[in-house]
Amino acid sequence: MNTVYKIIESILPFSWTEYNFMKNALLAIIIISPMFGSMGTMIVNNKMAFFSDALGHSALTGVAIGAIFGISDVNLSMLIFAVVFALLLNRIKRKKTVSSDTVISVFASLSMAIGLVVLSRGGNFAKYSALLVGDILSISWDEIGYLLIIFIVSLLFWLFCFNKLNAISINETLAKSKNIRVALLEDLFSVLIAVIVMSSVRWIGILIINALLILPAAASRNMASNVREYHLFSVIISLFSGICGLIISFYAGFAAGPTIVIIAALIFFATLLLSLILRHN
Amino acid sequence: MFGIMDKIKPRIKAAATSEAACGLHCIKANNITVRKGRQLIIDKINLHIHCGKITVLIGRNGAGKSTLIKAILGEIKHEGSIEFTDLRNRTVENLSIGYVPQYINLGKNTPMSVYDLFASYISNAPAFMYKSKKIYQRVKEQLAIFDAEDLIDKRACDLSGGELQRLLLSIAVTPIPNLLLLDEPVSGIDRNGRQLFYQNIAKLKSNYDLAMIIVSHDFDFVRKYADHVILLDKVIVKEGTPEEVLSSEDFQMVFG
Repeated sequence: MNTVYKIIESILPFSWTEYNFMKNALLAIIIISPMFGSMGTMIVNNKMAFFSDALGHSALTGVAIGAIFGISDVNLSMLIFAVVFALLLNRIKRKKTVSSDTVISVFASLSMAIGLVVLSRGGNFAKYSALLVGDILSISWDEIGYLLIIFIVSLLFWLFCFNKLNAISINETLAKSKNIRVALLEDLFSVLIAVIVMSSVRWIGILIINALLILPAAASRNMASNVREYHLFSVIISLFSGICGLIISFYAGFAAGPTIVIIAALIFFATLLLSLILRHN
Repeated sequence: MFGIMDKIKPRIKAAATSEAACGLHCIKANNITVRKGRQLIIDKINLHIHCGKITVLIGRNGAGKSTLIKAILGEIKHEGSIEFTDLRNRTVENLSIGYVPQYINLGKNTPMSVYDLFASYISNAPAFMYKSKKIYQRVKEQLAIFDAEDLIDKRACDLSGGELQRLLLSIAVTPIPNLLLLDEPVSGIDRNGRQLFYQNIAKLKSNYDLAMIIVSHDFDFVRKYADHVILLDKVIVKEGTPEEVLSSEDFQMVFG
């Protein structure tokens, strides 16, 4: 632990790295952003932005369930609920009786309402309000360890399953004709989104976590011409806005999550403008 | 036109991994029935198809053509069975099926090259990490069967309807399947594109060992290229040679 801190201090000899909570936050950002950057590319391709947004909101219910059953580790109840929620949404989506964004909306509203009802019992929702905007400065060393494990798992998943997921995203039936297990991979991908969203939602905030998944990928689309560039630019934009956001929030006294989102959004508009200019020439 | 054929032919031979149709592979579908709730979509369809033959499915909208294709693919639940027999030694083998879809989901400005798209279906080398030289070469060879090798570095979302169709055809025949299913492959493609597509189909038929089922509304194509025509409307209303079906009363009833 101390060696890592010393390395950070020697590479970045600034006033903000003097604090251990800032070093922890920096490490967390360095782990979270590449994950969000690369998963985001597939989420944008598959038009799943609404799905991941709903997952983020379901964190409230997860916390509520934890509160009801007295589960001390909130992370666990959030994670379990989100995974169940994601799989349930997939099941219903496959029935194709109702349009999928309607289904997602119904379930997202319901789960958020249940969460709010339970957590606001006795009028003390205030103690959960940190969940909404997130608090990356409170992340502990152990929790960074969990993030690192999730990072490695998602990297492995991406290495082995990206092509298949891409094939499914382009045309399910075609993927099936190539013996790709469509339902299984869709479920695994949804579970993975649930896991990375839940592992980060307490630090980034329920209200803005989806922006971190969507914005870097959306900005990258404006410039990239193949999947390699798409991933690379998305990860770079994600890391850049994460680290800049953290530093700016430290000096200006803003909440870190929203600052990161604003920077990512500015990059999105800059790349959009750039691509429009380039296309006209 | 003959000039083009001469240029393509040697390439086909170079890229071919299997022999021309022997006529001894036989695909039988017995009593294929699909229900949606209580409604019967298709009812007891029997098919008997040999390699090297083109079977065309025709019928009005909602007659169950796409449903039958998807049932054969195993994508939707169905009753009945599908058998694949090699008549040379009377063995039952696993049927490999190629599929050419009507459209693909590719949003505007999606950053994905033709290589990326193709590689996703035929390889596990993660396309987001690196471009595999071996796969790149293979993709190029497969595209060359349909004279589409120049598309390999283009963005897939920028392709014209005809170019996309050739790409999808190349994917479907990598590797060569026993049965190729095409669901209205020329919808939204201009006349020239269609002509080229039909020539490609004819090429596949004469150079590879596979059977084809094509859903089509193009009766010129049916007359010219089909070996067997099936008029579908929940059940098989009429089947036979193109002349038999297209001049039948049943055909007049549906399309007249």
